[in-house]
Amino acid sequence: MMSQKAALKHLSTLLFSLLILSVSFSRAQDAAAGKAVFMSKCASCHNVLKKATGPALAGLEERHKWADHKELLAWINNPAAYMAKDPYTQGLKAEYGSMMTAFPDVTLQDVSNVVAYVNEAAKPAPVPAAGAGDSAQGSDNQNSVLFGVISLLLGVIALILMQVNSNLKKLSDQAEGVTLPEGIPFWRNKTNIAILSIVFFVFGGYMVAKGAIGLGRQKDYQPVQPIYYSHKVHAGINQINCLYCHGSAEQSKHAAIPSVNTCMNCHKAIQAYEKGPKLFDEEGNEIDGTAEIQKLYAYAGFDPNNPNKWDPSMAKPIEWIKIHNLPDHVYFSHAQHVTAGKVQCQSCHGEIQAMGEVKQVSDLSMGWCINCHRETKVQFNYDSTKGNKFYSIYEKFHNDIKSGKMDSVTVKDIGGLECQKCHY
Amino acid sequence: MSQKKYWQSFGEVNESEQFAKQQQDEFREELPFEGFDDKGLLDAKAPRRDFLKYLGFSTAAASLAASCTIPVKKAIPFANRPENIIPGVAQYYATTFVQEGDVVPVLAKVRDGRPIKIEGNDRAAFTGGGTSARVQASVLDLYDTHRLRFPQQKVGKGNEARFEEVPTFEQFDKLVADAMQNASGSKVLLTSTLNSPSTQAIIAAYPGLRHVQYDAVSYSGMLLANEASGFGRRLPSYDFAAANVVVSLGADFLGSWLSPVEFAKGYAVGRKIDEKNPSMSKHYQFEGYLSMTGASADERFVCRPSETGLVALALLSAVSGSGVNGIKEAKLKAGIEKAAADLLKNKGASLVVCGSNDKNVQVVVNAINNAIGAYGKTIDWGKPVNYRAGIDSEFEQLIVDMQAGTVGALMIYGANPAYSYHDAAAFASAMGKVKLSVSFSERMDETTELCQFVIPSHHYLESWGDAAPKAGVISFIQPTIYPLFKTRAFQTSLLKWSGNDTSYEEYFKQYWIKALGSETAFNTVLQEGLQDKSLPAAAGSYSSASLAGAAQAITATPAVTGTEIVLYQKASIGTGVGATNPWLQELPDAISKATWGNYALISMTMAKELLGVNLLNGTEKESNNYEYYPQKPVIKITVGKKELELPVLVIPGMQPNTIAVALGYGRGEKLGRTAAGVGQNAYAFTTRTDNGVAYATVATITDAKRKEKVAQMQIHNTYEDRVEVVRETTLATLKKHPSVIPDYRHHLEETYGKSKDGLTTDFRKEGTLYPTHDQPGIKWGMNIDMNACYGCGACVVACHAENNVPVVGKSEVLRYHDMHWLRIDRYFVSDAANPDELKGVVFQPMMCQHCDNAPCENVCPVAATNHSSEGINQMTYNRCIGTRYCANNCPYKVRRFNWADYTGADSFPNNRDQQLVGKLDPVIEQMNDDLTRMVLNPDVTVRSRGVIEKCSFCFQRLQAAKLEAKKAGRPLQDGEAKTACQTACASNAIVFGNVHDASSVINAVRANNTNRSYYVLEQLHVLPNVSYLAKVRNTDEIIESDSHHAAAGADHGTEKSSHAAPAHEAAKPEAAHH
Repeated sequence: MMSQKAALKHLSTLLFSLLILSVSFSRAQDAAAGKAVFMSKCASCHNVLKKATGPALAGLEERHKWADHKELLAWINNPAAYMAKDPYTQGLKAEYGSMMTAFPDVTLQDVSNVVAYVNEAAKPAPVPAAGAGDSAQGSDNQNSVLFGVISLLLGVIALILMQVNSNLKKLSDQAEGVTLPEGIPFWRNKTNIAILSIVFFVFGGYMVAKGAIGLGRQKDYQPVQPIYYSHKVHAGINQINCLYCHGSAEQSKHAAIPSVNTCMNCHKAIQAYEKGPKLFDEEGNEIDGTAEIQKLYAYAGFDPNNPNKWDPSMAKPIEWIKIHNLPDHVYFSHAQHVTAGKVQCQSCHGEIQAMGEVKQVSDLSMGWCINCHRETKVQFNYDSTKGNKFYSIYEKFHNDIKSGKMDSVTVKDIGGLECQKCHY
Repeated sequence: MSQKKYWQSFGEVNESEQFAKQQQDEFREELPFEGFDDKGLLDAKAPRRDFLKYLGFSTAAASLAASCTIPVKKAIPFANRPENIIPGVAQYYATTFVQEGDVVPVLAKVRDGRPIKIEGNDRAAFTGGGTSARVQASVLDLYDTHRLRFPQQKVGKGNEARFEEVPTFEQFDKLVADAMQNASGSKVLLTSTLNSPSTQAIIAAYPGLRHVQYDAVSYSGMLLANEASGFGRRLPSYDFAAANVVVSLGADFLGSWLSPVEFAKGYAVGRKIDEKNPSMSKHYQFEGYLSMTGASADERFVCRPSETGLVALALLSAVSGSGVNGIKEAKLKAGIEKAAADLLKNKGASLVVCGSNDKNVQVVVNAINNAIGAYGKTIDWGKPVNYRAGIDSEFEQLIVDMQAGTVGALMIYGANPAYSYHDAAAFASAMGKVKLSVSFSERMDETTELCQFVIPSHHYLESWGDAAPKAGVISFIQPTIYPLFKTRAFQTSLLKWSGNDTSYEEYFKQYWIKALGSETAFNTVLQEGLQDKSLPAAAGSYSSASLAGAAQAITATPAVTGTEIVLYQKASIGTGVGATNPWLQELPDAISKATWGNYALISMTMAKELLGVNLLNGTEKESNNYEYYPQKPVIKITVGKKELELPVLVIPGMQPNTIAVALGYGRGEKLGRTAAGVGQNAYAFTTRTDNGVAYATVATITDAKRKEKVAQMQIHNTYEDRVEVVRETTLATLKKHPSVIPDYRHHLEETYGKSKDGLTTDFRKEGTLYPTHDQPGIKWGMNIDMNACYGCGACVVACHAENNVPVVGKSEVLRYHDMHWLRIDRYFVSDAANPDELKGVVFQPMMCQHCDNAPCENVCPVAATNHSSEGINQMTYNRCIGTRYCANNCPYKVRRFNWADYTGADSFPNNRDQQLVGKLDPVIEQMNDDLTRMVLNPDVTVRSRGVIEKCSFCFQRLQAAKLEAKKAGRPLQDGEAKTACQTACASNAIVFGNVHDASSVINAVRANNTNRSYYVLEQLHVLPNVSYLAKVRNTDEIIESDSHHAAAGADHGTEKSSHAAPAHEAAKPEAAHH
C-alpha cells in the first residue's frame, strides 16, 4: 500500500516535471529559432541592447503598436507602405537617417520568435558556464595519456617477465647440467641486423617519399592574422551563417574574404567583446576581443564615439594571410561545390565554428580531392522532385537506376576523376 | 585519275625530294646535341665538367626550392566591395572598338577589374556580333608597355631634343594656353576619320578651330565620285546579304576594305548552302594580286592594277548591252562578259565594289551599280556610313598652309601622316613651321615624335565616348578599367583649351541625355551598347553627269607595260595600327601564311624570269632552294626615287607583271620592340595622281642578289600527301553527284566496318582495337563550314586571348616553334600541271579534332593526354613530361610544344634564356612584363617550358556554362557554351554544341548537310569530334573524277600506315614518295 502511494507520488512528480520541461523547451525553441532569424536578417542593423543603424530592439513590445506582432510584421514586410500612413515610423526614419530594409519573406512565426529571442536576450544574462567545453576536451586528452601509461607499464611488465623466464630457463638448464654455448648478444646477431636494416630502409624510404609528397602542403597551417578574428565567436557562438560573409562562395570560384564594410555592418553596433567566453591564442595568451575590434576600426577609419561621421570610402583593406593555397594549375570553384554540389563548408575546412584563428584542416592534396570525388554523390535528380535538373540529360544513368543496375551517381560517374575537370 | 590537286607549297605540288624528306621529320630542325657523335663526349661543347656543373646546380636548385619556406601569401579583400561585383566572376560591359574610323560594337569581358577579352556585341545588327582579328587583339594594346604614360614636352633643339614629363595636367594646360596665345595663325585639329557625334559637337564649339581628317589609306576617290554621281560626299551601306552576284574590282572587302566585319557577315549569308536546294551567291573578283577576298571568289580574273578603270568601263558597256570594249586579253574579256551577264540576270540583287582610290574609276563603278539596279537594294543611301571621311586635297591644303606658316597651332589625334603620307618628308618639314604642335597619341608614333607637346589620350577600354558608324546607329564607348597611366581624353583637352571646364565624361553624358531625351534612355543605350533606328533603305539620287568625263579620262590614260606594284593591307596589321600588337604580328597572313614582316608577293612567271626560280618545270634544286629554306631571294623595288629591298614570296594566281607589298610595316623605333625593325614601310610607294593618292603604281624591280628570312607557317605541317584533308567541289558537281562524301563513308564502312562473322557493320566499333568511350551526359562537337571561312584570323587571335596562347617571336617561328592552337590552313586548288591557273583557295581552320579514338592518347607514357566523358581529348600540363610522342602521332599536327618558357610560368627565370633554347626575341620579354601579363585569362593555366599544349575546346567556357546551368538547376541550353573562335567569327562558320542534345544546332547542321559534312582523314578511323562542311565554288565545272579520287585517297591512307602491297600504287600516281 505504502509502496503504491509512493509510486503514484513519483509518477505525478514525473509528469509535472515533464510538463514544466516541455513548456520551457517550447519557449526555448522559440527563442532559438528567433535567434537564427535575428542573426541572418536583423543583426546587420539592429542590436538588442544598443542603438545601431536601427534602434535597439530590447523592450520593443512596449513601444508603438509592436505588442501586436501583426503590425510588426506589416512594418517588416513592407516598411515603405507602412510608413506612408504611420507617423511613428516616419519619426524613426528621421532619427536614423535611413528607412528599414524590407523583408517580404519574414512570417508571423518568425516575428514572434525574434521577439521571444529579443525578450530573452534583453534579460541580464547568467554568467555562462565557462570552461565546460574545455574540461570535456581535457578529459579526452587525459584518457589518451592514461592509455599510454598503461600500455607502457604493460610493456615493461612483459619485458621483465621475459627476462625472468629466460633466467629461470638458464637456472633450470644449469640444474639439469645442460651446457649451452655462450649466446651472441642480440645486437650482433646478423639476422637481427638484416631485419633492422630492412625495417630502417623501408621506414626511411617511406618517410622520404612522404616528406617529398608533402612538400608545399600546409596542413595545420595556422598563421597569426593581422586581427585575431575568431570563427568560434562569429560562426559558433553567434551562429552567423558562413555565407553572410563569404557570400561569393555561392556564385564564384572564390569564397572571398569579406570586405571591411561587411564587418562594419555589425561592428558599427558591436563595439566591445563583452559576453562571450575568454579568448586565447595558440600560445595560451588571453586575447582582448575589444582591442581586436579596435584594430578593425583602425582599418575602417571608424570612430566609435562619433559613429555618424564614418566615411566607408576611407576604409583600408585588411591584409589577411591566405591559408588555403592551391597550386596555380588547379582550378577549384567554390560555387561548383557549395551551390551545385551542396557540400558543407566543414567538409573541407573542418569544424570552422569551433576554431579561434583558422587553421588548415585538410591537406588539400590531389589524393584527398580524388577520394572525395570517388565517394560523394552528386545532386542527381533521381525523380522529378529531387536533385538538380541539370542531370536530366544523363539518360543512361536514369535508365540504370530504374532498372536497378545503379543505386546512386557519384562525382566519379559523371567524370569527376578526369584530369581536365580541375586542370585546364 | 584526277588532275585536280590541293597543295600548300610548291614543294608539294612539284613532289620534290626535299619535300618528301622534310615530311618524314616531325620537328624539322636538328636536335641541339652538338658534337656528341663526332668528337666524343669530352670534346663536345658540353663536356663532363659542364655536365657535373649542371648536375650540381640543378640538385642545389631543386633542394633550395624544396627547402625554402613556402612564401606567405596574402588575401586582400576589397575595403568596400562595389555592388554587383563578385570577385572571380567576369562582368561584361558593352562598349565600342573604334580605330581610324572603323567601328565595331563589342562587349569587354572584365575579370576582377581587368579587361581580358573582347567579344562582339550581338545586339548590333550590322556586325551581328562578329569581330575581326584587330578587334580581338585590341585588348592587348591596353597593356602595351610602350604606351605613353604621362604628358610630356619636348625640350632642346635638333639632335639634343628629348621629351620630358610635365608633372600635372594643370601645368600642361598652362603651357599649351601660353603657347597658343603666342602662336598667331589658325588652329587646326588633324585627326583620322572621326565619327563621334559628341566630339564633333566639341570641335564645332571650339572657336576658330579647323578640323582636317586624314586617312592613312584614303577613300577620297570614292567620296568624291559619289559626290559627282549626285549622292553627296558620303559612302553608302553595302548589303552583301542581299546580293546574289558580287563583282569586286580589286576591293578586299573581306579583309581590309571599308568595313570587313560587316561585309563578311552579309557575304556569308549568300555563301551558305541549303542542301535540299543548293544555291549560293556568285562572286567575281578582278584583281592584280591574290587578295584574301579574291581567294574566296568563285571566278577570279587577273588584270593589271592600272587596267582596273578599263575593266570597269568594259563591264559598264557590257551591262549596258554594248558588249565588252577595250579589253584585249581573251580570258579577261570572257570573264567580264560572264560577270556582266550574271549581273544583268540578277538586277536589283547584285553589287559591284571597287577598291580603287581613283575618282574616275569609282564614277564608272557607280554607273554600273545604277545600271544593275543596285541602288536602294544592295547599296543603301538611306544609311550612309561614316567609316572614312578624309579628302586628299584637304590634307594637301593643310600642308601648304603649314609651309606658308599660317598654321599657328596643330593638334593631332589618331592621324600619323609622318608615317603614312606619300610625301612624309614634306609633312615633316611643314611641321617645323608650325608654332605649336600637340599630339594626343597613345604612343610615340612617327608624327608624335615631331610634336612639341604630347598629352596621351586613353585607350578605348579606358574611355567614354560614342561612335556613329552609319546613319541611325549610335554605339557607346564606356570605360572598363580606370586609366592605367596619367592619360586624359583628348576631348577633355579640347574642352579645356576652348574655355569649357567640363570634363568629357560629363559633357558626353549631358550631350546624350539631351539628344536621347532622358537619362533613362541614355542608360538604356549605355547598357545595350548601341541604338539602331533601322532607317528605311533609299536609292539616292544618281546622276550620270560626270560619267562621260570620267570614261574619257580612263581611256586617255596610257597603258602600262612594265612591272606594277600593288600596296595592300593585311587583315592583321591594317594601315599600320596593328604593328605594335604581338598577337597581330604573329597572326599568319591569310594567303602567304607569313608572320612578322612584309615581303613582295610575286608571280611564278616573274620568279622564273627575274630570279631564276622555276617552280613549274624547273630542276629540283631550284625549287628546293626557294621552297625548303626560310631564306628567300630579295628584290630591289624602285618607284621614282624611292627604293626598298624586300624578300619575295612566290604566290600562284598573280598577274604576271604585278607585285604586291603590304602596308603598315617598318614602324619607328619608339613604338617598341614589337613594331620596330619588322618589315619595311611601303607607304613610300604610294603616289599622288591627278585623281588622288594611288595605291598601285609602276615600279622597277631588280634582283638584289641576296637572301632574307621570311617566317612562314603551315608549310612545315604537312599531311604527307593525304589529300582528302580538304574536300572541295563546285556547285554544279554537288548538284550532279551529291553523294560523293556519303558514298566514301559507306565505302569505308563496307570495307573496314564488318564484324568478324560479316553479319553486322559497325565501323565505329570494328575499326579499332581499343574499347570505345562512353559519353553518358554531354558530348561536345564542332562543325566548321568552309564555305563561310575567308581566312581573316579573328578566331586565331580570339584563341590567343582566351587561352593564354604564347607569342614566340620571329626567330622561333623560323624554327617552326609557333604555338597557335588554331591555325587556318590555306590550300591552293589547281590542276596538277598548271599551279598558276588557280581555280580557288580553300581555308580550313584546323585545331585539335578531339578524336574519340585518338592516336595521341595511346602513345603518352604518362597518360597526360586522355579522353573525357564528354568526348574531349584532354591535355594535363602538369602531368606532361615532354616526350612529344603525341605530337608525332597526331595526324592533324595540332599539338604544340613549349620549347621555351614563353609566358614566364617557370619557377626558374633563366629558363627563358638559356643556351640550348637559344636567344628569344625581345617580344617575349614584352609579353612577360607584369603589365602585359594582366591580359592573361586567370581561368587558364599558363604553360611552362617542356609541355605539350593544344586546343581544349575552350574547356573553361564549357565548365562555366555548365556551372551556370547547375546553379540554376536546369539542363544546359544549346548555345550557352560557346568557344572563343566561334564567338569571334563574323560569318558564323563555326558551330559548337552538345551532340547528344537532339535539338542542338550542331546536330541540325550535320543532319542538314549530309552531302557536305565530312571528317578530316576519316579513313584513319580516329573518330574526330570536329566535322567540316566541304567548300563549294559556285562554278559550272563538273569534277567527274571526284568519287574515284576519294576512293583512291582511302587506299592511300591505309597504305601509308600499313605499307601495303604496291598494287595500290597505280591508283595514286600523285603520291610524293616514289
